[in-house]
Amino acid sequence: MSTKNWPLWEIFVRSKNGLEHRHFGSLHAADAEMALENARDVYTRRNEGVSIWVVESKNITASNPENNGELFEPAQDKVYRHPTFYDLPDEVKHM
Amino acid sequence: MKNENLYNYILGIADNSLILGQRMGELCGHGPNLETDIACTNISLDLFGQVRSYFQYAAKIAGDERSEDDIAMLRKEREYKNVLLVEQPNTNFAYTLGRQFLFDVYHLAFLKELQKSTDLTLSAIANKCVKEVSYHERFSSDWIKRLGDGTEESNAKMQEAINDLWTYTDELFHQTNADKAMLAEGIGVDVTKLKEDYYNRVNAVLEVATLNTPESKWFQKGGKEGIHTEHLGYLLSDLQYMQRTYPNMEW
Repeated sequence: MSTKNWPLWEIFVRSKNGLEHRHFGSLHAADAEMALENARDVYTRRNEGVSIWVVESKNITASNPENNGELFEPAQDKVYRHPTFYDLPDEVKHM
Repeated sequence: MKNENLYNYILGIADNSLILGQRMGELCGHGPNLETDIACTNISLDLFGQVRSYFQYAAKIAGDERSEDDIAMLRKEREYKNVLLVEQPNTNFAYTLGRQFLFDVYHLAFLKELQKSTDLTLSAIANKCVKEVSYHERFSSDWIKRLGDGTEESNAKMQEAINDLWTYTDELFHQTNADKAMLAEGIGVDVTKLKEDYYNRVNAVLEVATLNTPESKWFQKGGKEGIHTEHLGYLLSDLQYMQRTYPNMEW
């Protein structure tokens, strides 16, 4: 019997129409079709979703945590990039 | 009982789901891997959910002290009306999936007909179940194709399971007295008419799976009349253990 593990897949689920697909987790499957079925059983059995995307994990290019300094720290002291300096009229709610 | 035929007819349908649900439930925590384990347990829970709807209705028809739990847990082996196919053990994963597939194809065709029943409760239950069972059939037939058209080893195991389980398929299309009575009243399904499409569908999947259709024309029967294989007694002793040991226990 083969003891080799199936490849890993990343699972994205849209919880209702109009919302974006969000990363829900990962699981093992032999191919994309099986990954969809496994995702259906593992992640949507409590009515969590209306659509599923699966992507084999090896196809995801990730940023390297070692580069976090140059990638993300420069943004920390640039509050002016947030649109927080506008005066909002009282009539505008939920901004 | 006034409606004995209807009562027996409902049990004939529900016992298949109950016993198959128990078999799939045995794999909880023992599936070949985490993902498949959850898939098998989901199928088991779908089947138990269906059983509740049927037994609640049967208890109402019986009109006495009997509850849905009594019907599920307190009958003796000879009083269960499930087909022999669903009580066959989880010999290995090929047998588990082979049994599921050979039953799912029948189950789906049966429910599609039951949707047309003049009994509104049964047609409503069928409406709900048909979506669940469509997925079961998709899941099991996908696996038959994977294992059949997989490695030399998986093909051999899948073929062995199909060969061994084949002898239990013909019973699906036998009519009981309750079947005939309910068919005459427009409530029941004519299972004899499902046979041709059943074998066409099964053969189509086996062909894609590069598996051979068994040639044996000798078939086992008896489950629908309460005459079971030795496996059912062991299954029931698991299923009924708590109610037999601690009568009326609830949690």
